[in-house]
Amino acid sequence: MTAPDTVTRAAASPDQPQPYAELGLTRAEYERIRQLLGRRPTDAELALYSVMWSEHCSYKSSKVHLRQFAEKAPPSDALLAGIGANAGVVDIGGGYAVTFKIESHNHPSYVEPHQGAATGVGGIVRDILAMGARPVAVMDSLRFGPAGAGDTRRVLSGVVSGISFYGNCLGLPNIGGELAFDACYAGNPLVNALCVGVMRHGDLKLATADGPGNKVILLGSRTGPDGIGGASVLASATFGGDGGHSAKRPSVQVGDPFLEKLLIECCLELYRGGLVVGIQDLGAAGVACATTELAAAGTGGMRVRLDAVPLRDPALGPPEILMSESQERMMAVVEPASVPGFLAVCAKWAVPATVIGEVTGSGRLEMTWHGETVVDIPPGTAADQGPVYSRPLARPGWQDKLAADDPAALPRPSGASGLRAALLSMLGSPGLADTAWVTEQYDRYVRGDTVLAMPEDGGLIRVDEETGLGVALATDGNGRYALLDPYAGAQLALCEAYRNVAVTGARPLAVTNCMNFGSPEDPAVMWQFAEAVRGLADGCAVLGVPVTGGNVSFYNQTGEAAIQPTPVIGVLGVHADVRLRLSIGFATDGARIMLLGRTAPEFGGSAWAHVLHAHIGGRPPRVDFDAERALARVLADAAASGVACAAHDLSDGGLAVALAESCLRGGLGCQVRLPGDAFTYLFSESAGRAIVAVRPGVEAEFEQICAAHAVPALAIGTVGGPCLEVEDSFTISLAELAGVHRGALPAILS
Amino acid sequence: MTARIGVITFPGSLDEGEAARAVRRAGGEPVALWHAERDLRGADAVILPGGFSYGDYLRCGAIARFSPVMTEVAAAAKAGLPVLGICNGFQILCEANLLAGALIRNAGLHFVSRDVRLRVENGGTPWTRAYPPGQEITVPLKSGEGAYVAEAGALEALEAGGQVVVRYLDNPNGSALSIAGVCNEAGNVVGLMPHPEYAISELTGPGADGLGFFSSAVSVLVGA
Repeated sequence: MTAPDTVTRAAASPDQPQPYAELGLTRAEYERIRQLLGRRPTDAELALYSVMWSEHCSYKSSKVHLRQFAEKAPPSDALLAGIGANAGVVDIGGGYAVTFKIESHNHPSYVEPHQGAATGVGGIVRDILAMGARPVAVMDSLRFGPAGAGDTRRVLSGVVSGISFYGNCLGLPNIGGELAFDACYAGNPLVNALCVGVMRHGDLKLATADGPGNKVILLGSRTGPDGIGGASVLASATFGGDGGHSAKRPSVQVGDPFLEKLLIECCLELYRGGLVVGIQDLGAAGVACATTELAAAGTGGMRVRLDAVPLRDPALGPPEILMSESQERMMAVVEPASVPGFLAVCAKWAVPATVIGEVTGSGRLEMTWHGETVVDIPPGTAADQGPVYSRPLARPGWQDKLAADDPAALPRPSGASGLRAALLSMLGSPGLADTAWVTEQYDRYVRGDTVLAMPEDGGLIRVDEETGLGVALATDGNGRYALLDPYAGAQLALCEAYRNVAVTGARPLAVTNCMNFGSPEDPAVMWQFAEAVRGLADGCAVLGVPVTGGNVSFYNQTGEAAIQPTPVIGVLGVHADVRLRLSIGFATDGARIMLLGRTAPEFGGSAWAHVLHAHIGGRPPRVDFDAERALARVLADAAASGVACAAHDLSDGGLAVALAESCLRGGLGCQVRLPGDAFTYLFSESAGRAIVAVRPGVEAEFEQICAAHAVPALAIGTVGGPCLEVEDSFTISLAELAGVHRGALPAILS
Repeated sequence: MTARIGVITFPGSLDEGEAARAVRRAGGEPVALWHAERDLRGADAVILPGGFSYGDYLRCGAIARFSPVMTEVAAAAKAGLPVLGICNGFQILCEANLLAGALIRNAGLHFVSRDVRLRVENGGTPWTRAYPPGQEITVPLKSGEGAYVAEAGALEALEAGGQVVVRYLDNPNGSALSIAGVCNEAGNVVGLMPHPEYAISELTGPGADGLGFFSSAVSVLVGA
């Protein structure tokens, strides 16, 4: 073993060349580190700064924009912890709080789909656990290249098996998400994982290392050579155009869900026993991130013996130990008197735990390796004072041309047979087809509190069996809308997720987001990003739902080709009584079908234009926050009063697709009469709309609710029979609908 | 008396909470049992819940069968104690040779999570007495290694002896003879892959068809 690069050595050899560029740092960033330290960094310090100042960990390109989420945040008394914590914490009443967050694992999932997606689940679950909550459910928002492409099959099958393997073994129900396909995601799949956890108010834990003399304990997996540089060289750079994914494979972490399950039970028992002062999960940037963030947020000093870190590979030295992203690890700060009790709980769950250091009052993060100092830095310089870039941004030159390419010019289906064929084409297209091939690989039942799961609009989890209190969640995004207008696209994603929570009967409360974009070094991408953030912040302010946290994933591009800008928005709502939830399924014979909201001819970025014409252009649907809010209130009242028996949001594919999905879900057909141009009513994607099935005999009561909130409501038909029938147009049997809808993905993927 | 039904937690167990909830819903008293203790705490019956005991490393159930609590379970089962293994619990009972056969990777190789239709073939066990023979029920299935296999002779013996307890109507995983669950010769040890504990209410499951497994045991134990 070569002698480690110590602080003494670094001071004595100021001109020794260092591999900062290979670690993803720019010359200017390297110079800044030298300036902050007053000397060259040691190898270990260089490793630490390189991961902490990576785009993935430091948000250096996005920070200046993300500030708006706090600056524009609507007043909310529901927020117990907000942006900056591992995950936001929301008060849902009854003494309960929930914490939720969505995070990307895009790059690893392309390089090694199974482990990439699996560890994406593992990472977000530890974020939630670190807040003091018991994780209770997960969701996944997935986007892939064209469904028929061979590489899509490799990536999709691996991603789904990874999520299935990890989430199922962990015992967390998977309650929904998204599945979308577009050529732009070939080579840059999006794998965004969301987790939600529940705690009592008093259980909130914060990631701080307070109290000099307190011990720092690393628990969970041994540290290995996997995932080294995951945050910097993998997540914060584009793939070359040469399919360089195999060369980056060692940067992908390897997951062990069994150990994570033990870690969850172990941590929850530690919390219950009051044995923890502060705790942080180890995710991107591993020990480097946990130590600097804990120290920077706490008393300010910490001394760590890196040689005490249990290793899977004895050849690892200080830089590798700091950068390793080995999974299933947590770092806790524990009072000395609690250490024996802490270690006893870990032993009960067979979770390895080792004291590796202590909190100090020095204001320095010091690390030693067999007695020699290899790191000695002010922790804030790595955790909070990284570079901040106001990167140049420019509205792309093609934006106007794209907007001018209006889908109004596209040929529309003529007559009943054309409309019928269009609907069947859309239902059988990969992005709108039944997702059971994917979702049947996920355990939706485990824990026994799943009230709604896919293919419902939102997932719904019971929190309190006595009162029926629960939480609803939905994630939505639409890259086509965001390409046409990133500001409106982010707002439409927010509106859709908000609406999908509302149709369950829940009240939307808070927002998380995962911003998936191309390279921030491209001014056009940066403009898309800035617009999307501004749109989301403005939208959240108007809707009164604060952003509690999120994640930015840049560099989703191969060569010059960036993905469509894809803000994925998660909305969390509270359901006062899950027994009164609404499903999308038409299951009550004779129920009146009401169409809520205004329908205009809006086809820009629509599923119809995409599926039938491979067209994208024009303007996305108009955003109307007042209409969304009013619609949400109608849905909440209709659920609580029991007058509604089903509700389904209208989005991709419009009314036609929504009706088909509700029929297939509930097992009953319907007859509808359209109040205007059939094509527009069937396929427009105007926002702020939903269909509601109203119980027979209480139609007047429902209409009063709509009138009270000034929501336009049209009676368009009745539930019943074995067919989806559009009067004076076409009829399709449920059997034919089911064949097309359920058969599509298995035919492509099996 | 109250029926006291033990529910074992192995490292990696996932469904012990729902098994306990189902016991309570059926009027029994769940008793928490721990894998590392050679003690059944005086339970009148025992449930081995679903999950991924010991991470399912080596082979599903292969490590759990050697845990200290299983020594007691095996002895008590031979003495007639009602034992129910669900999913991973079924796998453990097979590994422990308390039930015939084995569970292998699903046909199609994917994890299968869906509501399945089952026919109760044997309504005489302490876990199925609430069901008239031939009753069809809907219960969630959620497993990756749920395909039941046994040697030809063993399968014949199971059929001849009435030891097939539940059978799939639409075989979802390639199980031999569509077998979803079996019992031992004495009938007191039952194992099945589908999850009756997740079918105890309309709100969180496909219905309440699964409750009968737990109410059967409760009524047997209280002598009703």
